[in-house]
Amino acid sequence: MTNKRKTEWKAVAARVTGILVILTGVLLAARLCVASPPGDHPIPSIFDPRSTPAESIRHLSYFVLGITGVIFLVVFSLLSYVVMRFRNRVADSNREPAQVYGSTQIELAWTIIPILIVVVLFLATARVIHAIQDAPKPEEAVEVTAIGHQFWWEFRYPRLGIVTANELHVPVSDPAHPTPTFLKLLSADTDHSFWIPQLAGKTDLIPNHPNGTWLDPHETGLFLGQCAQYCGTQHAKMLLRVYVDSPEDFNAWVRGQQDPANRDEKEAAGRHVFESTACLNCHAITGTNGTGRFGPDLTHLMSRHTLASGAAENTHDNLRLWIQNPDAIKPGSLMPAMKLSDADLGALVRYLETLR
Amino acid sequence: MSSDVMAIQSADAAGRSWTEVLHEWVTTVDHKRLGVLYILYALFFLVVGGIEATIIRIQLMHPHNDFVSPQVFNRMFTMHGTTMIFFVAMPIMFGFANYLVPLMIGARDMAFPRLNAFSFWLMAFGGILLYFSLLGANGLYGAGNAPDVGWWAYAPLTSRAFSPGHSTDYWTIALLVSGFGSIGTAVNIIATILCMRCPGMTLGRMPLLAWLNLIMAGMVILAMSPLTAAQVMLSIDRYLGGHFFDTQAGGSATLWMHFFWIFGHPEVYVLVIPAFAFASEIIPVFSRKPIFGYPVMVGATACIGFVSMSVWAHHMFTIGMNSYANSFFAITTMAVGVPTGIKIFNWLGTMWGGKIQFKTPMLFCTGFLFQFLIAGLTGIMLGAAPFNWQLSGSYFVVAHFHYVIVGGILFALFGAIYYWYPKITGRILNESLGKLHFWLFLIGFHLTFDVMHIPGVLGMPRRIYTYEPGRGWDTMNFLVSIGAFVQGIATLVFVANLIISYFKGAKAGNDPWDAWTLEWSVSSPPPAYNFASVPTVASRRPLWDLKHPEDPDSRYE
Repeated sequence: MTNKRKTEWKAVAARVTGILVILTGVLLAARLCVASPPGDHPIPSIFDPRSTPAESIRHLSYFVLGITGVIFLVVFSLLSYVVMRFRNRVADSNREPAQVYGSTQIELAWTIIPILIVVVLFLATARVIHAIQDAPKPEEAVEVTAIGHQFWWEFRYPRLGIVTANELHVPVSDPAHPTPTFLKLLSADTDHSFWIPQLAGKTDLIPNHPNGTWLDPHETGLFLGQCAQYCGTQHAKMLLRVYVDSPEDFNAWVRGQQDPANRDEKEAAGRHVFESTACLNCHAITGTNGTGRFGPDLTHLMSRHTLASGAAENTHDNLRLWIQNPDAIKPGSLMPAMKLSDADLGALVRYLETLR
Repeated sequence: MSSDVMAIQSADAAGRSWTEVLHEWVTTVDHKRLGVLYILYALFFLVVGGIEATIIRIQLMHPHNDFVSPQVFNRMFTMHGTTMIFFVAMPIMFGFANYLVPLMIGARDMAFPRLNAFSFWLMAFGGILLYFSLLGANGLYGAGNAPDVGWWAYAPLTSRAFSPGHSTDYWTIALLVSGFGSIGTAVNIIATILCMRCPGMTLGRMPLLAWLNLIMAGMVILAMSPLTAAQVMLSIDRYLGGHFFDTQAGGSATLWMHFFWIFGHPEVYVLVIPAFAFASEIIPVFSRKPIFGYPVMVGATACIGFVSMSVWAHHMFTIGMNSYANSFFAITTMAVGVPTGIKIFNWLGTMWGGKIQFKTPMLFCTGFLFQFLIAGLTGIMLGAAPFNWQLSGSYFVVAHFHYVIVGGILFALFGAIYYWYPKITGRILNESLGKLHFWLFLIGFHLTFDVMHIPGVLGMPRRIYTYEPGRGWDTMNFLVSIGAFVQGIATLVFVANLIISYFKGAKAGNDPWDAWTLEWSVSSPPPAYNFASVPTVASRRPLWDLKHPEDPDSRYE
């Protein structure tokens, strides 16, 4: 019988080892994933924060992970022990085990201990909620109004007089003299959600329900995110890019955006196409009669790296394709196919390419 | 007696044409037949919802995949969610409640048999209506079109400006119709348990399954009513010029969220409490011990039911509530963990010192315990509001609630099917196929849903039909899809087992598991009237008393 017991233990041990190996594998893969070479931008991991609110969240999440991890280990070990220790063995299977109905002391113990844990978790949580949500707005803060559209982002800087789309520029914030960016979040149509995992948790953009969030990045670079609340057909390609610039770069960018649109008389033909077709119903370019707001402002189109809310790189060919057949890049987007003649399309693209 | 009953039934079946049999099943008011109808209906939709999940997973195997268009993908996840919650999980729980509650409390039928049939057919027509949208609803592109607003159907995406055509109306009306069915069934379960118990069965001697279903039914009434009201309001908005959720005219999008989640969160417990009920019946029998801390189990469940009515806005931490509201919903959410923990510890206490027999039902229940533990802990993480601002709406949440629904509820449900199949059909499900099903499903489940947490942490939002390469999501999504296929294969093994064992399975007899509750005292399948003479009970385990007259439970309770 001891032999039999041994083999059973072995089988069980093998099974448990198997499960542990799988778990370790998954964890390792996760680790590799976080550490994998970032290319031109880091992976948008919530455990790799570069901004104050995201950092306080990581702090809290380590604390919560620690506590839940201990609970997991304790209960998992108890369960595994019970499963292995109290397996029925053939030799003595005829007798029923002792019939135990309960124990008040034990019940009390496993009620009170969890209550204490919950209190501790709650206090830690409430502290971070308050620190992030009720943070005062300093004088130096940059103000941006972000407006969600199906399926792109409009960014307006009311104090700076800038209107742009899809690529948000903010200054890096020096902890000694913080210049955080405070965003007012609005929606023009359905619900959206603003989420840059490395900079802050997500906040929804809900029509008729203004919201706010703030970023306080400590490092320059490009940070990626995307709409995190289902908003319709092209929710998936409502991508979001945040450029954290050094103060000098940011000021240069601001000056560039404040300039009126480039008016190159060599490209008057292309401008005429813009002004005489449906383009201007939805798009605005300063100095033209186009003042539409359904689509992104094109005044400084060429200062952006991407088209179609990050769905394609801003290249000559992509721009041409996007105007001729938007569905080829982003099926279901609200930009109609413009059906221009080859000559008009060429002129229009050449004109747009002067809008730096 | 039992063999006589069997003989009479089979002779009946042989002498009738299939139209007569069909007529009998369609017009039946018998709680056992309605229970079976519910379960078969739910299993059919389980396969349909599973196919939708497979399409979703094929599309997400690679970045920039174009297996389906974004429009089709959006319909798939909307239909998958709606189907699995409203037309798989709820009907199958109601099916088991229908079948088992009268048998376990010594009653001959439910309190209102005709209401019972009416409720089933309402729910059945609801499901058919939802899928009729594929043919009947002219959507955005003029063609047949399933709903594509997500299973939360957040306003104002459901308004006529953003959802022209009728697909959203099919969704609304399907849920409205099946919601009335659910409320009818809940009323019936409550009335049956409160009024139809056999002599001697005080509330304190009821099997835990009956207690938990009583609490579940109470929650259905409280939770389904706001959802049903919201569906009416949405229809008024869409067709009678109402502005409840019309943000362009001063309506409120967050109002819909509150209505939806005051239903949606209790709904999780409506589904998980019956799963607890299965575990609370199966674990004692296969551990050969009575349930540990029976009164505490009842109290903890009632406590879960109560607290879970005040946690709904933890689904809405990102909508910009103030810090006090966020703190309130954080602490209520974490507080639910306490009674849930108590239940896990009590199951552990039941197994402690027992002689555990790892037959297939017990294997599934053990899987349920391990997985529900993990699902509960990720739930605590999501309850910490700031952590939730990062995790909500991401694949981490998708992994979390599938851990609850598949790893917890579905595992317990598979256990229940293996456990009560012999009672319902008279044949035992094949053990080897059962073990194969368990291990395959376990591997597939962990491959899919363990790995799925990771892309969420790396910033992948849910409900996207495709994603950008280079964000660390590619390999993870590929593994998740492989796991989904393994689960699909395991489900095929299960379906094969159901069919093969129905014809070739070993005869079950009255009591194949040596169990203790009343349903095992009658033949398998039970006769139409359940009990020839209404039984009298003296303890929580009437069959234990019968089998151990020298040491009956009634002496200790």
